[in-house]
Amino acid sequence: MQDKIFRILLILSAIIVPIIGGGIIFSLTIDSSEAFGHFGFWHFVFSDDWVTTAGKESYGALPFITGTLLTTALALLMCIPFSLPVALFTGEYFRGKKIATILSTITDLLAGIPSIIYGLWGFYALRPVFMYLNLSPHGSGILTAAFVLAIMIVPYAASLSSEFIKMVPAELKEGAYGLGATRAEVIRRVIFPTAGSGIFSAYILAIGRALGETMTVTMLIGNTNQMPETLRTTGNTMASIIANQFGEADGLKLSSLIAIGLLLFLITAIINMIGKILIKRAGTFKK
Amino acid sequence: MEKQDNKLKLRIFKNNALYVAICVLSGLTAIPLVAILGEVLVKGWEQLGWSFITEATPNAYKAMMAMSNGEPVPGGIANGIVGTFLMLTLASILAIPIGILCGICLSEYRGNWFATTVSYLTDLLQGTPSIIIGIITYIWVVVPMKGYSAFAGSVALFIMMLPLIIRSTEETMKILPETLKEAGLGLGGSYWRVMLKVMLPASFGSIFTGILLAISRVVGETAPLMFTALGGAAISWNMAKPMSAVPLLIWEFFNDPNLQSLIWGASLFLLTFVLCLNLLAKRIAKKWKI
Repeated sequence: MQDKIFRILLILSAIIVPIIGGGIIFSLTIDSSEAFGHFGFWHFVFSDDWVTTAGKESYGALPFITGTLLTTALALLMCIPFSLPVALFTGEYFRGKKIATILSTITDLLAGIPSIIYGLWGFYALRPVFMYLNLSPHGSGILTAAFVLAIMIVPYAASLSSEFIKMVPAELKEGAYGLGATRAEVIRRVIFPTAGSGIFSAYILAIGRALGETMTVTMLIGNTNQMPETLRTTGNTMASIIANQFGEADGLKLSSLIAIGLLLFLITAIINMIGKILIKRAGTFKK
Repeated sequence: MEKQDNKLKLRIFKNNALYVAICVLSGLTAIPLVAILGEVLVKGWEQLGWSFITEATPNAYKAMMAMSNGEPVPGGIANGIVGTFLMLTLASILAIPIGILCGICLSEYRGNWFATTVSYLTDLLQGTPSIIIGIITYIWVVVPMKGYSAFAGSVALFIMMLPLIIRSTEETMKILPETLKEAGLGLGGSYWRVMLKVMLPASFGSIFTGILLAISRVVGETAPLMFTALGGAAISWNMAKPMSAVPLLIWEFFNDPNLQSLIWGASLFLLTFVLCLNLLAKRIAKKWKI
């Protein structure tokens, strides 16, 4: 009897997850239908209007989708030169050594810092530097946001890649060394080809994280609702426009913001799904 | 012969160059951590004191007067600390038991279509941007309750914590040896007794680590609280009313020149809490390794 109750309890607690997951999709779809119905789905996605004047309201998601994709892509580009060495450092060169533990603790702590503190640091410490270097006229903008985003995703990409690098069978590496390969050659010819798909999936998941990052980007991107022209200009991402305008929005604008939220949710869900599938494949391939 | 020598030299040079490059670039990764910690420490430490954790945020005028007199900003972040504490407690009370039960369920019924689906959805939930959780809690709780409330903030934090706890429980339960369960059942223990009195204690260490990490992840979350708990200047214990939280305070005042030093103090407080929790979790994970 008690066993039965316990099993029912287990199932009940597990049902909450599909309820929340399904509920998110359901509620976002319902509440965004006003905007999609008013503008049409494709028109909403590809319009760069953001007119809030009553009566002439017109909203489009294109500037924000562009902003999100641009910051994410830039962050990824800036993250690779650091996350890849860290992964090799902890997973290959100093594997199991104390210094590797220290470095992975450092990156773990970096991953633990709340995004609002990254934002604050970027706002007060980094913006003046960007202004001084003349990288951006006001210090804030797409470039600044992407730079801090890159720092934030290094730990995620590095720790997962390192796991896959560690999984490369020792015999393969030993074989290459036996043939006279240098360590650099082993990394290029043995480790990257075997761990490559796993490392790739690590970066996909890092992208998933960068896409939805809100506070840091909101504090650093400058918050202007136009298409970003160059990397030095200010802009907005899907997450930052919601963070900025959701509080005082109502009616069509609220629905449009929720519609942007739905798009963001779908994009991150797809990216994360691809990442997870790739990881599973990369993991089973090894054995 | 000469040519071959050169080729070998080039290969060795490349090898060494890569080694140096990797060490240098890896070392550079530590700079942001040092820079952030240093910045927050230098700008925030002088605010720390008794009044910092017992008084509410001052209004802009008071802060401005203190600034112009060259005094430290009066008041503190007690409203944020109380809010964070209350909302986090309620979220934990909900998320920990449900998450653990769900984790047990996923590991017990693994391979089953239901468990596979739930497992996928847990991943989905974990990857959902926190701002979306904010929107959804706004739709689910704030709109029907006709107002922002700390309760809504707790719900948002609960949704954020749940997948993290489910994952850590599931992973731990999966690596526990099957024989442990069989021994318990063989001794005549009923199923629920074996699960709760044998399996759960055996995996306590790493589930506890998972909970600590979940809390440290959620305590700094701002985006889910912005449209749910909203924030407030006074110390409030009423869960049905808007309430502040430490990260919310930082967001609210980060651009206010008068309250800057207070914000850095709040950041120092938050950062210390999060990093200590992280290090503690690492310690425990090491000690209680299965």
